[in-house]
Amino acid sequence: MKRYRIRRYEGCISCMKCASECSFGAITTNGKRELVFHHERCTDCQRCVSFCPSGVLYITEDENRYKGNRVFTEDVINEINIQAETGSALLSSMGASGDDIPIYFDKMLLNASQVTNPSIDPLREPMETFTYIGKRPEKIERNGEGEIVDNLPPHLELETPIMFSAMSYGAISLNVQKALADASEKLGTYWNTGEGGLHESLYKYSANTIVQVASGRFGVHERYLNAGSAIEIKIGQGAKPGIGGHLTGKKIVGDVSKTRMVPEGLDAISPAPHHDIYSIEDLAELVMSIKEVTGYKKPVMVKVAAVHNIAPIASGIARSGADVIVIDGYRGGTGAAPKRIRDNVGIPIEVALAVVDQRLREEEIRDRVGVIASGGIRNSSDVVKAIALGADAVSIGTAALTALGCHLCASCHTGRCAWGLATQDEELSRRLDPEKGAERLFNLVSAWTREIKEFMGGMGINSIEALRGNRMALKGTGLNEKELEILGIGYIGE
Amino acid sequence: MKKEGEVRISSGCAISGIFCRDERRINGDAIKKSIAMMHARSNGLGGGFAAYGIYPEYKDFFALHIFYDSEEARNETEHFLEKRFDIINLSKIPVRQSEKITDAPLIWRYFITPLPHMLQDSQLDENEYTSRSMIMINDKLDGAYVVSCGKDMGVFKAVGYPEDVADFYRIDEYEGYSWLAHGRYPTNTPGWWAGSHPFSLLDLSVVHNGEISSYDANRRAVEMYGYSCKLLTDTEVITYILDYLTRKESLSLSECANVIAAPFWTTISTKDEKERTRLSYLRKMFSSFLITGPFSILVGFSGGMMALNDRLKLRNLIVAEKGSTVYFSSEEAAIRVIEENPERVWAPVGGEAVIVTLDKEKAR
Repeated sequence: MKRYRIRRYEGCISCMKCASECSFGAITTNGKRELVFHHERCTDCQRCVSFCPSGVLYITEDENRYKGNRVFTEDVINEINIQAETGSALLSSMGASGDDIPIYFDKMLLNASQVTNPSIDPLREPMETFTYIGKRPEKIERNGEGEIVDNLPPHLELETPIMFSAMSYGAISLNVQKALADASEKLGTYWNTGEGGLHESLYKYSANTIVQVASGRFGVHERYLNAGSAIEIKIGQGAKPGIGGHLTGKKIVGDVSKTRMVPEGLDAISPAPHHDIYSIEDLAELVMSIKEVTGYKKPVMVKVAAVHNIAPIASGIARSGADVIVIDGYRGGTGAAPKRIRDNVGIPIEVALAVVDQRLREEEIRDRVGVIASGGIRNSSDVVKAIALGADAVSIGTAALTALGCHLCASCHTGRCAWGLATQDEELSRRLDPEKGAERLFNLVSAWTREIKEFMGGMGINSIEALRGNRMALKGTGLNEKELEILGIGYIGE
Repeated sequence: MKKEGEVRISSGCAISGIFCRDERRINGDAIKKSIAMMHARSNGLGGGFAAYGIYPEYKDFFALHIFYDSEEARNETEHFLEKRFDIINLSKIPVRQSEKITDAPLIWRYFITPLPHMLQDSQLDENEYTSRSMIMINDKLDGAYVVSCGKDMGVFKAVGYPEDVADFYRIDEYEGYSWLAHGRYPTNTPGWWAGSHPFSLLDLSVVHNGEISSYDANRRAVEMYGYSCKLLTDTEVITYILDYLTRKESLSLSECANVIAAPFWTTISTKDEKERTRLSYLRKMFSSFLITGPFSILVGFSGGMMALNDRLKLRNLIVAEKGSTVYFSSEEAAIRVIEENPERVWAPVGGEAVIVTLDKEKAR
């Protein structure tokens, strides 16, 4: 809960652009073409700064500080004050901050070929990032002539092992979903509806759409389920494991209300658990019900938050009939979550992925199920490391939003996103041009894919499946023996 | 210094193979001459041979070649074997003392067959029963290492140049219809005989030149199915993958080649629909067994041999034919030195398996 100061240096031409761009009411005009700064409302979203034609606006952290001490820091004091005033749980958004929780991606280094085997130049040789995600049948079958019969269950095919995380219509604007869907089509990957239904105008992207079924069952009907290339049952999410969701009535307007199938103005509350899943056998039933509705033609994914006993949970999901397990780590983003939960519940994706992959191998079922990792994937090296730890693919949410303009001010829950992303305000959501947005997403994922190919080529690997679970590609630094053991990697130089 | 298996050692190599389609049995002189031609591709830190058809009088029994570090290890292993198998014959493998081959372990040979009641109780077939027992010896019994355990075949390997290993094991005194040879150029000093090649399980034996980049992905995948990679070498993991695919998934060797050296997706897309479906099925079904990075391998099996390159052909591999004899080698010179005028010499395309079998047998 940082406090900011808005500052203007010499050279302001009084164009008032900053005031019209500020959606939080931190900069207003007084009617005499003079700017008024309401510092306490500033979220540091950087919208005004980006649009100031003279470049004279600066947002800085307020230098008036509480003295505090090592235990009671300024943030702690601020939070106590807010709670003393409101009597409420603290709300926030985006991913966990937890400063002292290691980002393991940054403590692992990758390998490269030298002398004994050649690196491969991706500009000259084929370099395959095509990714196949789904279940594998237990045995191959042959017909009378001894030819192999194609008994592969339905699956997802990605041109690159990067997809977009679930973000619902309601939490984000329709324009954001349009940009995600359009980019997915161009990239040959998938976007995910989240728990908000699928807007009529997006049905045409069904070949690149994953539809979600969450605990509120908002927007779920037969046509919706059959519109997806896969159906994701959302049990939990990394930003708020163990708790449900709450889309306030003021966001349930117009098409959001129609698409969610929730009356206008009524809060849409997703319960913490699915009330038809109190145990693993219940999950198996839901998986089968969805398969029945969709004629066994679509893979069913189950998304869970990375928690302490994630390995047995994942193993249970793999045996529930699900085709794909999606694990969302501690740093996964959200449109709104209680801050305490966000910062204190769950475990980082690197660790969760390592233990899940290992457990599934010990149970001899890793090859039978797909594993997708998400929650804090920031760049192509994170992707490569996640795959080397054992993921089939990753999905990105915050990185995608950032490509669309998000500056991580973590104010999604206010519904006043100045960048037009996490808002249903018509004026604000027009700030994102979906075509331009799709282009930026396309560029981002294409650039990462190019970098992934460079990493692979450097290691002499020319197909992504040979990287999957290839832990020898990783060595750790600044990690203790227990961490290395859990990640299943050696120390640098070993 | 760490022993092979405690550390992963990369190697360059020479490989050579001779296969007589008419089942004519030839002694080990020719293969020794061929591999010796490529002396410079080895550095004296590993050499070995596999031969098929050498034990016709015991062809119905599993032939074990075992290295022991000590008499205790031998006693313990023989006790283990006696509980599970009928030992038909046992002896030391005769060797010729040589200054060039040192630090030899105790080298023993057994002809065994599973005890019928034990086999029945295990609910396994005799191959699975035997391979599990052999993996158990390698995994659990200290100082004992099963070098080969197939029928009517055997592996002879040591630390040294391959031609010296040939003399040491007196391979000129064995006659077989199929021979494989390996000369090793490891980057470290393995100093352990079991780390030399060929690597073998049941009737499969593999020699390999290369360093695969998919190693740990492949290892972790095959270890799911009851294998334990002790040596951390490519050859070991390739052998286990082939054993798994042929014996447990009933793939043909050419299908195995489509898995481990799978065609690129762009190549698959140019095939007719049936072939496209078949190839993508194999890639998707067995994606963890795709092997990337350089390799050229020769795979010996009862009644046949397969040669295969990685799909980019990052290692040399030459095949030649003369009459009913087929020659394989890292270098053409190593073929010409034993067959001056082959009728056909060619370099197989990357990812394209060359499979030869005895004329009397159909392709496996």
